[in-house]
Amino acid sequence: MSDVVLATLGLSRRFGGLMAVSGVAIELHRGRLHAVLGPNGAGKTTLINLLSGDLAATAGNIRYRGEDITRCSADRRSRIGIGRSYQKTNIFPAFTAFENCRLAAQSRAPRPFAVFTDAARHRPVREAAERALDAAGLAARGGSVASALSHGEQRQLEIAMVLATAPEVLLLDEPLAGMGAEEAQRMVGLLRTLAPKHAILLVEHDMDAVFAVADVITVMVNGQVLESGAPAQIRASPAVRRAYLGEADE
Amino acid sequence: MDVYSFFIQLLNGLQYGLLLFLVASGLTLIFGIMGIINLAHGSFYMIGAYMAFSLSTLTGSLFVAIIVGIVLSVVLGVALEWALFSHLYKRDHLEQVLLTYGLILVFEELRSLIVGNDVHGVAVPAIFNWSVPLTETLSYPVYRLFMSAVCVVLAVLLYLLMAKTRIGMMIRAGSSNREMVQSLGLNINLVYRLVFALGVALAAFAGMLAAPVSSVYPGMGTGVLIICFVVVVIGGIGSIWGALVASLLIGLADTFGKVLIPQAAGVTVYVLMAAILLWRPEGLFRRI
Amino acid sequence: MIHAPERQDRRKAIALAAALLLLALFPFAGAAFYTELVTKVMILAIFALSLDVLVGYTGLVSFGHAAYYGVGAYALGLLAPPYEAANLWLTLPVAVGAAALAALFVGAFVVRVKGIYFIMVTLAFAQMFYFVFHDTRFGRGSDGISMNFKPVAAIGGFTPFDLANAVHVYYFVFAALVLVFVFLRVLLRSPFGRALQGIRSNEHRMRSLGYPVYWYKLASFTVAGALAGLAGYLSALQFGFVNPELLSWHQSGNVLLMLILGGVGSLYGAVAGAFAFVALQELFSSLTTHWQLLLGGTIILLVIFLPGGLASIAGRFKRTLVGEPDDE
Repeated sequence: MSDVVLATLGLSRRFGGLMAVSGVAIELHRGRLHAVLGPNGAGKTTLINLLSGDLAATAGNIRYRGEDITRCSADRRSRIGIGRSYQKTNIFPAFTAFENCRLAAQSRAPRPFAVFTDAARHRPVREAAERALDAAGLAARGGSVASALSHGEQRQLEIAMVLATAPEVLLLDEPLAGMGAEEAQRMVGLLRTLAPKHAILLVEHDMDAVFAVADVITVMVNGQVLESGAPAQIRASPAVRRAYLGEADE
Repeated sequence: MDVYSFFIQLLNGLQYGLLLFLVASGLTLIFGIMGIINLAHGSFYMIGAYMAFSLSTLTGSLFVAIIVGIVLSVVLGVALEWALFSHLYKRDHLEQVLLTYGLILVFEELRSLIVGNDVHGVAVPAIFNWSVPLTETLSYPVYRLFMSAVCVVLAVLLYLLMAKTRIGMMIRAGSSNREMVQSLGLNINLVYRLVFALGVALAAFAGMLAAPVSSVYPGMGTGVLIICFVVVVIGGIGSIWGALVASLLIGLADTFGKVLIPQAAGVTVYVLMAAILLWRPEGLFRRI
Repeated sequence: MIHAPERQDRRKAIALAAALLLLALFPFAGAAFYTELVTKVMILAIFALSLDVLVGYTGLVSFGHAAYYGVGAYALGLLAPPYEAANLWLTLPVAVGAAALAALFVGAFVVRVKGIYFIMVTLAFAQMFYFVFHDTRFGRGSDGISMNFKPVAAIGGFTPFDLANAVHVYYFVFAALVLVFVFLRVLLRSPFGRALQGIRSNEHRMRSLGYPVYWYKLASFTVAGALAGLAGYLSALQFGFVNPELLSWHQSGNVLLMLILGGVGSLYGAVAGAFAFVALQELFSSLTTHWQLLLGGTIILLVIFLPGGLASIAGRFKRTLVGEPDDE
């Protein structure tokens, strides 16, 4: 019980007449990779947006290490240890890959008043950025301008930037989307190495990858949790089969 | 302040607000639908006022001047959209600001070349050149009542145009989804051109209507423009309804501000804007 | 901009050294008229640099930057005693501080909004300051304030230079320009400066990386206001005269134009833009009294046919000649 890092209760978000997320209760544990599955429009990305603070909840609450953070801004959530990646690549296109990560790492040691120092020379931040690039498999591409990277590399950079902020909770929105087979495999490997020390929420369409790495799987349909449990339980669940797995692999 | 002077100030405030609405509604439509910030919008007000002066001197009738002026301003609007503004749709705000800033300089210099820099008066048409007596000493000019009535009629027409007609639906659809409008086979460029011309005509008409009351002078356009920015900020970008509410609010605040705290007359509306910004950074109303 | 090739750095360094030398020697060659004109241009360059912090490095298009220029100028006008000279070392920090405070106050409201709203709201607040100086007894109305004496630079009993002497003013302004330039160069490479550029590039991601974007923008707005106040102070010092036109929106429009002429997001560009703007202004006003017609027409043509500003001509020229990609 004590290893619950992030927990929601009755979390809901309404867009006009549509309940995009409705009464979701979910727990993220340190050391566990928690995958969220569901057809398009099930509310997975909205759930991540609610957890990261990109969207405000219309009802329910979110607790992080016992503290209610439902009303916290996105930047504060990031600073206290909740990091996220985006489904649609969300980087600084004109900066180098290294600078993208350096800026991410700098957020942990912002030093805004050190106006007479060169940001690029600050050792701890540099090293954090390099570690993140390395972990995401981009060590050789640090000097390239982000907009010149391939689509797959930009996806890796997206992950590297979150890692550079050294978060405790990782909210990953389809990290494998748009990656080649080799890159995807490396990303799965990376997720495995990250899992023991982080609480991870993974939204992903790649079934094989999800069942290979997830400790817990939650299936969402129409904004609600349909079923939650170990991969074997989900695989065997008739309800999940009916609503999701059996119908289409989208 | 007794009841009658209060009543007079109230009428003045509403009349000023309604006039602002004519200018601001075009501004907010052009923002909301075409995504363009048009600094030159105040110039159309100025051009309207100068047209009222020149054409009424020429023809001897303000009504003839206004009718000719409306036709000319629609032509001006269509021509400007075709020649300049159509280039701006995909540009960033900075470039829009610059082009329309350049346009102001051009309009002001042309005005100076053609009509000069003097202040001119425009005669109130004879049939409206009398006042409604309120008390033995106080009365209210009929022309101002006429102005307000015309503005109200236009506001209602604008509402009907947006809410009930096919073109209004096109305009509203264009504001939310350019591709959808095109896929329906509607000509989005025509919609934009009409909206722009409508905005120009409304602003110019406001200038013509105001000319007998405010007189005609250089720089009258920029003053109105900045107040209209305040209106749009308060009302919410692209919201006609918001523009109406905010215009009336500003009209009243400015009028009563001048009476109650004359030391800070110019500043009242900005304080109001600051307060609204704190309360609702995106304005009182969103969208049309 | 970041990690530019070294060769370009060297070429830039040579151009910079040449420009500095030229400016340093200019008063020896030029007539008094041109010395004063270049002084004015350098003041405008500081003003343009201050706006570039907002437009070019934070991504905030302010159309009301003249307000802080005006506050800096009026600070000197209001502080100068009528029958003796004000002290430079007392009034200058007060002017810069007043402009910074004004920007902090306005910034607290305006950095909450974005895009078109930001442009309109900055303009509206600038107009508010205009009215404060134009309509109130505090600002002495539309005629402004004439100062009878230039400030003195006395420290104790020692006066290092004489601000009644146009050449001394020239070098004082030149030193201020160099200092501001170096300060911004250093600031923009600092963690704070990098964060501002991140906000310009992708504000949303900066927020999700944990940056309190509001405070960074507010700090940027304040720094830009303070430097604009410095420029305004120097202008009041040079001309011995302030009036509300210093805060007019033409002033805000013109400084934006300087940035566009020189290229947004480049410190060199801001300085070059100030020179280009005054050159255009002098050229057009020598042709006709209705020179704003030519200026306005030029701006319109520039926007329609040269989307990247004058600076893009150099880039295009380079690309066609050498075939190397533009580094900005």
